Amino acid sequence: MAVNRNFRVCPSTGLSYHEPAEKLMRWNAVAAVVSLLVGGVLAVLIVLTRWQAVHLLPPDWFYLLLTAHGLDMLVFWIIFFEIAVLYFCASTLLRCRLAAPNWAWAGFWLMIVGALVNNVAVFRGDSSVMFTSYVPMGAHPAFYLGLILFAVGALIACFVFLGTLAVAKSEKTYHGSVPLVTFGAITAAIIAIFTIASGAIILIPTFLWSVGLIGHIDSLMYRTVWWAFGHSSQQINVAAHVSVWYAIAAIVFGAKPMSEKVSRTAFLLYILFLQLASAHHLLADPGLTSHWKIFNTSYAMYLAVLASMVHGLTVPGAIEVAQRQKGYNKGLFEWLRKAPWGNPSFSAMFISLIGFGFLGGISGVMMGTEQLNLIIHNTIYVPGHFHATVVIGTTLAFMGLTYFLIPTLFRRELMFPGMAKWQPYVFGLGMAGFSLFMMGAGTLGVPRRHWDITFAGNPLAYDGWAGGTAWLMIAAMAICGLLATVGGAMYLLITVGSVFLGKRIATPDFAYVKARDGVAPTMKPVEVAFEAHGSNIGTAGFVAPGTFVLALVFLLSFVLYYFVNWKYLSTVWPLS
Amino acid sequence: MSAISPPTQRVWWKQPLDRVEGMWIVIAFVWCLVMFFMMPYWHVFGKQNLANEAYRTTPEAFTAKTQAMVDKYTVRVETDQKIPVVRPPAGSDVYLIARLWAWWPMLELEEGKTYRLHLASLDYLHGFSLQPENINIQVHPNYDHVVTLTPTRAGTYGIVCNEYCGINHATMVSRLYVVKSK
Amino acid sequence: MDTASTDSTPANEVPDEPIPAMQQLLDNPFLLLFLGIAMPTVLYIVWGVMEIVGIPIAK
Repeated sequence: MAVNRNFRVCPSTGLSYHEPAEKLMRWNAVAAVVSLLVGGVLAVLIVLTRWQAVHLLPPDWFYLLLTAHGLDMLVFWIIFFEIAVLYFCASTLLRCRLAAPNWAWAGFWLMIVGALVNNVAVFRGDSSVMFTSYVPMGAHPAFYLGLILFAVGALIACFVFLGTLAVAKSEKTYHGSVPLVTFGAITAAIIAIFTIASGAIILIPTFLWSVGLIGHIDSLMYRTVWWAFGHSSQQINVAAHVSVWYAIAAIVFGAKPMSEKVSRTAFLLYILFLQLASAHHLLADPGLTSHWKIFNTSYAMYLAVLASMVHGLTVPGAIEVAQRQKGYNKGLFEWLRKAPWGNPSFSAMFISLIGFGFLGGISGVMMGTEQLNLIIHNTIYVPGHFHATVVIGTTLAFMGLTYFLIPTLFRRELMFPGMAKWQPYVFGLGMAGFSLFMMGAGTLGVPRRHWDITFAGNPLAYDGWAGGTAWLMIAAMAICGLLATVGGAMYLLITVGSVFLGKRIATPDFAYVKARDGVAPTMKPVEVAFEAHGSNIGTAGFVAPGTFVLALVFLLSFVLYYFVNWKYLSTVWPLS
Repeated sequence: MSAISPPTQRVWWKQPLDRVEGMWIVIAFVWCLVMFFMMPYWHVFGKQNLANEAYRTTPEAFTAKTQAMVDKYTVRVETDQKIPVVRPPAGSDVYLIARLWAWWPMLELEEGKTYRLHLASLDYLHGFSLQPENINIQVHPNYDHVVTLTPTRAGTYGIVCNEYCGINHATMVSRLYVVKSK
Repeated sequence: MDTASTDSTPANEVPDEPIPAMQQLLDNPFLLLFLGIAMPTVLYIVWGVMEIVGIPIAK
């Protein structure tokens, strides 16, 4: 094979990187990590304020920082990282040149400018409207403008991704179908495009309203359309981190999907139904009928939940099959016991999977049930849920991927490998405790986005929380949250240290050539032959019995928790 | 072949399902159907449902209706701000205003009686959170949301705002009294 | 050197077996994009907005 000047092959992974794509991935990943750093510092201050015994900040700062934390984490950190993942899945996995790198750079800089403009608007102090920016509470026009610029940049990136798929197909850089991980990235990109379109539909009028060109924006209309943006943006994460799970299973174990058909159909269910769950946020709102609420909140009969349950089985299932083929075939769980628990990519991915399923998934379905929503709507249960999905699920999966990307993409050896071994556990367990205690406090009615649950000085203060169980829950939440930020700081130290100071890994045959000096011809696909899994693994005709048992444990917890909440609801005042 | 390489088979759609996956899909799908049908089931047989009754209104119109109720049924005033405590007859339309940063007026309801509670905001979004009962409902400006409710236990309840509504959001709290019926 | 197009069919495949319709759908990102936008737009946004518009005015 001719050495292509624009590609380099990573000697340890065999992946080939297109030089312009590689640079874009690196810059997007760096922008993501910077956002995570800012959001993480804010997280410490917020946690120390909600912890009533410390109560660090005055209310104006608390609400300001909470707004910035939401945006920097939920939007900027995650989307920058996802763009890097999209380019990786299209260009690197398909061994294809990136379509239109100049457009990709334009998108990147728009995202950077948008993120900066939005952050400046928030830190000026007149845009403490929270991530959700519900009208008629108004922010500075720059707040909306920043988000719009960022969204346009991300949209360009999505189209560069789709364009790269088209290039790969026409230049035949792969045979047949795209890899499953790339298919998951396609799912994420499709959801992203719907997300951004919804954001445009609502944020552009809101921007015009903030500068006085539109007189009135209906609050219910805003919430309905805004959540098609706000919730779907988190569904991009689900599709992206599920893809990352598959990718890490493939990278660490050489695991092959148990069935391409099943996994891809599950992603198709995401494409069709996942975004309907934006209705989760409108279950306690006036005016929308129960027909609309039930249909949408259940993703049309929970078909997207079915898809998540399928992924939750097939990812560990594929790992189990791969491990059993390597000889770890004893009993139900030898494959899991002998898994590389000291490899931070694997441990991060596995904790992400378990945390997302048990904490984030079950709680999300519970509170997304039309009637059950009444007992948790706008309580601190809600952030408890989404810290389990977005932080344990998405962020931890991305952290796991980072440990893989530092040597192969940044060509640096990992610094502090001993610390990296522990990082996913510290972060994952801290975050799990944080989410659980938040949910506990939310079950007791503690509101989210609230500066003082003692209502100090108010003669009508509600005294059900101060000093009681809720009080302890909030304190425990804060301690776990601080533990998680220690884990986050470890990640940042390892990542930033490795990228800037880590020992360089030289790639043989790599010569730097500018993109405009030559566009890549097609690359030959490299076939990595894996044996089809034999019939002599597993027990009782099951190739992955251990995973099946784990799945049944999950289902049992799910059923119990779900009906416990119905029982709780049935004791509440009758409403109709 | 792994998940990061293209499938080796040209036609992978016809690959037979593994037993583990097949069984799990059936089990998971059944559970999804159970969860789906729980919602309509509760509408028919359960007692805690939000009605679909809501109207467009204006801050002026809603304030006028609330004021009329306050004028008619106030039994006393509380706190330095002289917030009226209103005891409307059972079965009647009861109004509660959410505004920056207070609930107005205070309501006194009878245990076991049913009321049509109208909720609306005069400015931003607010959150009606009845504690410790833990009933949470979004309150919009320009929408009159009608909730028919039946207090089942006498006592003093807190009404906390649980939708962020600005700098004094954390001070927005009020009471709801439920008294034994005579 | 561009040899990829000449040896693009590995030997172990039957080239004339038709690709099933569902596989063709899953291999077409642009069709999926259309479905992924149309479904939530109609079922969530359009239906929801119609319900909001239809809320009656209080007497």
